[in-house]
Amino acid sequence: MVLTRLSAVELAQKLRTKDVSAVEVVEAHLERIAAIDGVVADGDVWRAVPADELTSRDIHAYLHVTAAAAREHAADVDRRRAAGDDLGPLAGVPLALKDVLTMRGAPTTVGSRMLEGWLPPYDATVTERLRAADLVVLGKTNMDEFAMGSSTENSAYGPTRNPWDLGRVPGGSSGGSAAAVAGLMAPLSIGTDTGGSIRQPAALTGIVGAKPTYGTVSRYGLVAFASSLDQAGPFARTVEDAAHLQTLIHGHDPRDSTSITDTPADLLTTLRDGIDGLRIGVVTELQGDGYEPGVRRVFEQALERFERLGAKIVEVSLPHAGYGLPAYYLIAPSEASSNLARFDGVRYGLRVDAPTAEEMNAATRAAGFGPEVKRRIMIGTHALSSGYYDAYYLQASKVRTLIARDFASAFEQADVLVSPTSPTVAFGLGDKTADPLAMYLNDVATVPASLAGTPALSLPAGTAEAPDAPQATLPVGLQIMAPLLRDDLMYRVGWAFESDLGFTPIPAGDTAVEVA
Amino acid sequence: MSATTMSGEPISATTAAEHGVDLLQGDTGEWELVVGLEVHVELQTRTKMWCGCSTDFGADPNTNVCPVCTGQPGALPVVNEQAVRDATLLGLALNGEIAPICRFHRKNYFYPDLAKNYQISQYDVPLVNDGWLDVEVPTGDGQSVSRRVRIERLHMEEDTGKSLHVGDTGRLHGADRSLIDYNRCGIPLLEIVSRPDIHDADTAQAYLRELQSIVRATGVSDARMEEGSIRCDANVSVRRPGDELGTRTEIKNLNSIRSLGRAIAYEAQRQIGVIEDGGTIVMETRHWDEGRGVTETLRVKESVTDYRYFPDPDLVEITSPAEKVEAIRTLLPELPAASRARLGEAGVTPEQAAAIIATGLLPWFDDAVAAGADGAAAANWLVGDIAGQLSAEGLRIEAAGLTGAHVAELIALIEDGTLSTKLAKQVVAGVIDARGAKGPAQVAEDQGLRQVSDEGELRTIVEQVVAANADTVEAIRGGNDKAIGALVGQVMKETRGQADPRKTNELLREVIG
Ligand SMILES: [Zn+2]
Repeated sequence: MVLTRLSAVELAQKLRTKDVSAVEVVEAHLERIAAIDGVVADGDVWRAVPADELTSRDIHAYLHVTAAAAREHAADVDRRRAAGDDLGPLAGVPLALKDVLTMRGAPTTVGSRMLEGWLPPYDATVTERLRAADLVVLGKTNMDEFAMGSSTENSAYGPTRNPWDLGRVPGGSSGGSAAAVAGLMAPLSIGTDTGGSIRQPAALTGIVGAKPTYGTVSRYGLVAFASSLDQAGPFARTVEDAAHLQTLIHGHDPRDSTSITDTPADLLTTLRDGIDGLRIGVVTELQGDGYEPGVRRVFEQALERFERLGAKIVEVSLPHAGYGLPAYYLIAPSEASSNLARFDGVRYGLRVDAPTAEEMNAATRAAGFGPEVKRRIMIGTHALSSGYYDAYYLQASKVRTLIARDFASAFEQADVLVSPTSPTVAFGLGDKTADPLAMYLNDVATVPASLAGTPALSLPAGTAEAPDAPQATLPVGLQIMAPLLRDDLMYRVGWAFESDLGFTPIPAGDTAVEVA
Repeated sequence: MSATTMSGEPISATTAAEHGVDLLQGDTGEWELVVGLEVHVELQTRTKMWCGCSTDFGADPNTNVCPVCTGQPGALPVVNEQAVRDATLLGLALNGEIAPICRFHRKNYFYPDLAKNYQISQYDVPLVNDGWLDVEVPTGDGQSVSRRVRIERLHMEEDTGKSLHVGDTGRLHGADRSLIDYNRCGIPLLEIVSRPDIHDADTAQAYLRELQSIVRATGVSDARMEEGSIRCDANVSVRRPGDELGTRTEIKNLNSIRSLGRAIAYEAQRQIGVIEDGGTIVMETRHWDEGRGVTETLRVKESVTDYRYFPDPDLVEITSPAEKVEAIRTLLPELPAASRARLGEAGVTPEQAAAIIATGLLPWFDDAVAAGADGAAAANWLVGDIAGQLSAEGLRIEAAGLTGAHVAELIALIEDGTLSTKLAKQVVAGVIDARGAKGPAQVAEDQGLRQVSDEGELRTIVEQVVAANADTVEAIRGGNDKAIGALVGQVMKETRGQADPRKTNELLREVIG
């Protein structure tokens, strides 16, 4: 029995029956991290080796591994279980946290030099809830700086590699969290999704990732990129695991004003209800040109599978979806330009000294932010400035409203909507770093649901070749979008699809990371 | 800057003529002064605007702080419901309309004491629109005239921290280093923007005084200028009567109502002088120098600061349904205008009424009257001797322990002849000394302060004095009536000033025959 290959639900079962201890589960994962991730496995908090010392075999999913705290927490869970305490359903199961969520006891860097070594003085609500449910946090994962990117190459601490092909990216911005789960260095992880930052890396690494309905998961302690879009969500290797993890983190939080007070949908009760008779809407605007042939083929097969499972395929239109990407790349940078203003060297993080406060501020920001962050701050500052606000920010907000209406009317014709998650399979490291626009196009299929706030899930739909590697077998993701607060539906559809497909979410192939 | 308000409508000002205000005389003709006031009020809620931190004034630096008000990464604001209720209450007191839905914007600018480098404020849709205030402007002859000043808006925002610049100048420029105290950062702040309906310094002062009284009456803030819990900036311009609005300057650092009046008067003359000398007024922020009595350029707005306002995505809209507004309206206390009318009916002079309201003594007045005191007498004592003694001691009435019941007791002791006015003043001093632990009767008894009006006792003393001053008595009998004063003095001396003077006089005449 290889503990690192088990799903969270399987691990929880073995923990409950005391076939394994939480300490053993943690040790197995720490061992694998030490073996393949490129960390200095030393001390209470292990650190990733510096970017220039990483080898082409290092996945580099983790920035910090909280080894001592994880062992201690696991031992505590074992003690309490032995004492007969009533523990949560996933108690003792380890997980990884994207380094954008604050957690006491280890740095939160957000993938940026700006917050190198910053020890947050408080726990994010998500962190708090996971701890309370006795999930054991293994560490903090790599990400595009301030969650801005689609490949994790914008991390100030070096890129993460895709476990399916070490020469390729895992997607982003939650690439570290995705690679940790795909690389068997955690059964579960938390990512954040602003325009696709959970779904796209899930697709590129062959795992399940979900962006819950905006407002159902607290943003308190999530270092903001774009407040009106940011949403934390689960990564897992099975739909059921993801549903369990989302169940643990969603629900109203009085510390987040945008947190919805309604009770979130029950994701587990209807999980296995099947999809017979459901109407599955294929979005006209989210297919066709711009999607790789392999991706299109796998998507067509997915539609056939849905029909075989008793669902009805209907063609629906999101007429304004085509404006989603430009609207997104105005709204998100606008909010970011303001959200990131607080990094001024005064209170925390990097400070580059200079004679005046203003110069110190400028020097700190020049040194602390990477090029993509600077680009977006400049775009956002421009879009909000007087004389341009109406044409850019305001216009983009109107497009957003139209897209939300498009979704509402599409959901009158279909119970869920589907599309490929990403127009491409995982691309090579460095392939798109010189062309920001090509990079932004990765988000074309994921951005509409972000703008509408609707829940969306990506799960593996099969594998395909890459345009530059006809022999490759790389995961292709299927996106399932559900109406607001109907996260249960996307899980139910995802579970039915997954059960029928029988995809093994373990990297395979010549270029993949070795699995025990 | 285009002449529009923050909500995008054109600025409308009244004229001096509509208010019956005199124009200013320059060398080249008459000028009309146009003033609008921006008043900031710090709300005295228990906690800050977006977090649970205490709003206590005077705590050690950076002790009333948390991740939210220091702008830690990931922290989020949650609106203080009490602050919204307080702002609504004040908005209603200012005759404003409460917006059924309003929202918060971010005002983006970099400053070290602004933790997030943006201020959460309101922009296009403030909580309160279109209020007004009728202010009583003294005309100098003991009379006053009523003028209406329209209020454009009242909006909610948050205060900033405080910077302390260490170095020789004490100002940012040239400081060795700067220290920042975030205790004040995030304290709820209201901004009340008047229309440019003010055309003389007296009305500006009266407006601020009236606003201060209303704020205090509603209980949302103690509105102390010296502690910064109410602050005022003045937008000042001049124009020829009938012309478009002139370029305005914004005057800051107005630390008292008196400074406001002086600064407006100075700035009006300065602007008239500049224009009459062929110059033009620059849109700028000017600093009032209290010591030198001048305004000076603080910063020139060579380009309009671009605050890049946009709706704060961390907050949701605030809804104020009619039922909620009406429920808050029922909490409105008596406002100063009504108090003034009521005090007038109780026999209090307009000046005393204004003083009682402005100095926050109304509850003491009401308590005294409730305890049986005559209104005119209570007002006399409160704004007269009591206010004088408190001010000399540097004490607030609550700190001195003086209650309305004490005032009533004091007046009763005077009325029943136990105390003379002079003795009553000593009794007030005694009550203050005891910080209210002893009431007037107790103080009088302890200190033996009692007017001798007991006829038998006084008659004995009078007879002794008459007997001992035969010469004077002769003189009086001889027609020198004024000499009786000397005998009254003798009686006073014998009674250590506690004899009732009128009674003494009567008895002397009777004994002398
Ligand atoms: Zn606070």
